[in-house]
Amino acid sequence: MNCELAQTTVHGYFDGELDAVRSAEFESHLESCAECQTALSGIESLRTLLQQSNLYARSSSQLGTQIRKQLAPTEASVVGPAAFVGRWFLPVSGVLAVAAVFLIAFFIIQPRTESTRITAELLDAHVRSLQPGHLTDVQSTDQHTVKPWFDGKLDFVPPVSDYSQQGFPLIGGRLDVVDGHNVAVLVYSRRRHFINLFVWPYREKQSSFVSSGSRQGYNWMTWQSGDMQFCLISDVALSDLRELKEIVHP
Amino acid sequence: MLEPQERIRFEQLVLPHLDAAMNLARWLVRNRPDAEDVVQESMLRAYRFFDHFRGGDARAWLLQIIRNSCYSWLEKNRPSELMTEFDEELHQRPSTSPETLVLQANERQQLTLALEALPPRSREVLVLRELEGCSYKEIGEIAGIPIGTVMSTLSRARQRLQRTLARAAAKEAC
Repeated sequence: MNCELAQTTVHGYFDGELDAVRSAEFESHLESCAECQTALSGIESLRTLLQQSNLYARSSSQLGTQIRKQLAPTEASVVGPAAFVGRWFLPVSGVLAVAAVFLIAFFIIQPRTESTRITAELLDAHVRSLQPGHLTDVQSTDQHTVKPWFDGKLDFVPPVSDYSQQGFPLIGGRLDVVDGHNVAVLVYSRRRHFINLFVWPYREKQSSFVSSGSRQGYNWMTWQSGDMQFCLISDVALSDLRELKEIVHP
Repeated sequence: MLEPQERIRFEQLVLPHLDAAMNLARWLVRNRPDAEDVVQESMLRAYRFFDHFRGGDARAWLLQIIRNSCYSWLEKNRPSELMTEFDEELHQRPSTSPETLVLQANERQQLTLALEALPPRSREVLVLRELEGCSYKEIGEIAGIPIGTVMSTLSRARQRLQRTLARAAAKEAC
């Protein structure tokens, strides 16, 4: 046996980087190629090992503080025309600088820790959902069963669609509580992994950017659309989440 | 220095990727204190060059700067490391079955050593893919290589890591 695909294509397939045609071609090849099957499970267990071993090196909060401090305008850049430089200048500019730091801390850092806290809560909710019997309140692959189930349980209507055609079959839905509010959760599957899609009306507009990250081996991706906030969480690759995001909101 | 609203934009778009920056730098220079120095210096550099950022993927933009700083640092401090290239042949068969990858004690340390033993250009691709979750396109952008090269580099890096780990597991079993 000397399968060329076991060296190359299997990686693109595993990483979700093949287009639909090549992916389908490889899948039919995979059925009959023991070498590719071995390679695939090999890289799968390698990823599990890498992601479960706590190898990600996070920045210390000290470094973050240091960098922020260096970005803040220095006194020199606040200095205006020479006429202002008197014995009042230093104390006044000192007070201004301190006020500026507090303002920045208030407007920038506070919302960020807020969103970090919500991300942590969503992550906990995701982990909880993986425990036996917690994944779905309504189990159905039919969007017309799942959507009406939410009626009367929430004060908003979550968009429910099945994406089986695109490789993300709908498994069901459930209610969850995040940040003290009821949220809708739609559950999709991807190659035997589960993806939770949390949906709730946003209370304040954050930014139109898609943000994503990983934490404790789980990947998340969040965005806003219309007046709803969406967040995908799963142990599948970020590229899979991105693909699903593009399907939900191209 | 940038206008205040630009600084706020920088803090909103770029600073949230500080962990990603730290992670890449730590795996490229292979220790934390040096990585912190490189990250701190690169962050300021990114801030100075922020007006060159044309929107798009801020993480990839930042990681590209971090990566280049790491290579400059390696060139200056450990030039021999950049000479290591793959000596093994591309088509060498992986000698492992998936089961042999289950390591016992000191698993994290063995993994760390095995990762650090990879040549930097393989290591960065693997770290960006497996720890950072970057797409091939993003990795290509960050490392300045075509997408096809990303895939073949990943393939080699994974196989080499599997072999190293299998050897370590075999040694432990003795």
